[in-house]
Amino acid sequence: MKVRRSMLFVPGDKPAMLSTAFVYKPDSVMFDLEDAVSPREKDSARLLVFHALRLPAYNDIETVVRINPLDSAYGLEDLEAAIRAGADVVRLPKTDSANDIRELESEVERLEKQYGRPVGETKLMAAIESASGVVNALAIATASPRMIAIALAGFDYLVDMRTRRSGGSEPELFYARAAVLHAARAAGIDAFDVVYGDVNDDEGFLREVQIAKQLGFNGKSLVHPRQVDLLHRAYAPTGEELEYAKRVIAAAEAAHRTGLGVVSLDGKMIDPPVIDEAEMVLSRAYVA
Amino acid sequence: MKIAKEAIVGTLESSDLLVKVAPNDSGILDIVIRSEVIKQFGKQIRRVIDQTLSKLEVSEGTIIVEDKGALEYAIRARVQSAVLRGAASEELNWEQLS
Repeated sequence: MKVRRSMLFVPGDKPAMLSTAFVYKPDSVMFDLEDAVSPREKDSARLLVFHALRLPAYNDIETVVRINPLDSAYGLEDLEAAIRAGADVVRLPKTDSANDIRELESEVERLEKQYGRPVGETKLMAAIESASGVVNALAIATASPRMIAIALAGFDYLVDMRTRRSGGSEPELFYARAAVLHAARAAGIDAFDVVYGDVNDDEGFLREVQIAKQLGFNGKSLVHPRQVDLLHRAYAPTGEELEYAKRVIAAAEAAHRTGLGVVSLDGKMIDPPVIDEAEMVLSRAYVA
Repeated sequence: MKIAKEAIVGTLESSDLLVKVAPNDSGILDIVIRSEVIKQFGKQIRRVIDQTLSKLEVSEGTIIVEDKGALEYAIRARVQSAVLRGAASEELNWEQLS
């Protein structure tokens, strides 16, 4: 099971960051060709990302490229660079409908064939940034077997909703978070919460991480390397949770060995979802 | 690829480089490299630039590189971008850029 808690954004036009992002050990690193790059630098950023993707340092870390929308002047060339360089995942911004994903999938397949990559190897994820996207979240999440995650992008979404972030319990994001998360779970894929832009406000960041974690998000999109460790610590299971998870898995294994259909622990029956939860706790505990 | 107009790419930030290209009708390829690490890495920087230009089939023009300690991948990307901008090339040939 691939653990995805942290997806670290790296601006595509910053060589110093492109070549060092791996040292912070995010679960995924996302090279950004979209909003972080001004229109006049799109061409050069695309080539920087193309070459950075092939650095040996990124062999052991999931690489994601956020391309520009396919109907922009840059999207298709961004996609070509990503596929040719061997990116693991393409992140489509401003995804409003399942059709956006189907269009992307057909271009990805064409490029995989053109460049001799196994068809289906490139995974996809969608960023949902509008009311339409939120309403269509389930259709988007299930639009392709290549889909591995959906992410909520708060800034554009809130502009579309004619509101803005309030801090605190953030009622303005409640519906979108719940809808995106339900869509991801129903589709069996991962869900990423919004970025927290104030990189000097650890307290605010951690407050938001707790909301995301409690709701059930796999993790968050991150805009600064220092947020990686903070997030990983917040998502790490407590000693008590870890101990319980280990006992659940041991009980499940013992039941399996002895051919018992029912798993029990301390005299109580353990349902399959509890075993799944225990596996998730262990996977979070043992990643770098 | 022929450099048809002046172009500039990159920055003077650490780990980056600034590349300027200009047409030059004298038939020679004039490459000027300034780098903070020229003593240690001058030869490697020169080799990457030469290889990149050769793959793009650039045989004449003026290329000025101000390096701020960029890694090879960034040098390759910035030189390629500068040449493509200078050649006003719309088409990307990924074979030449790999």
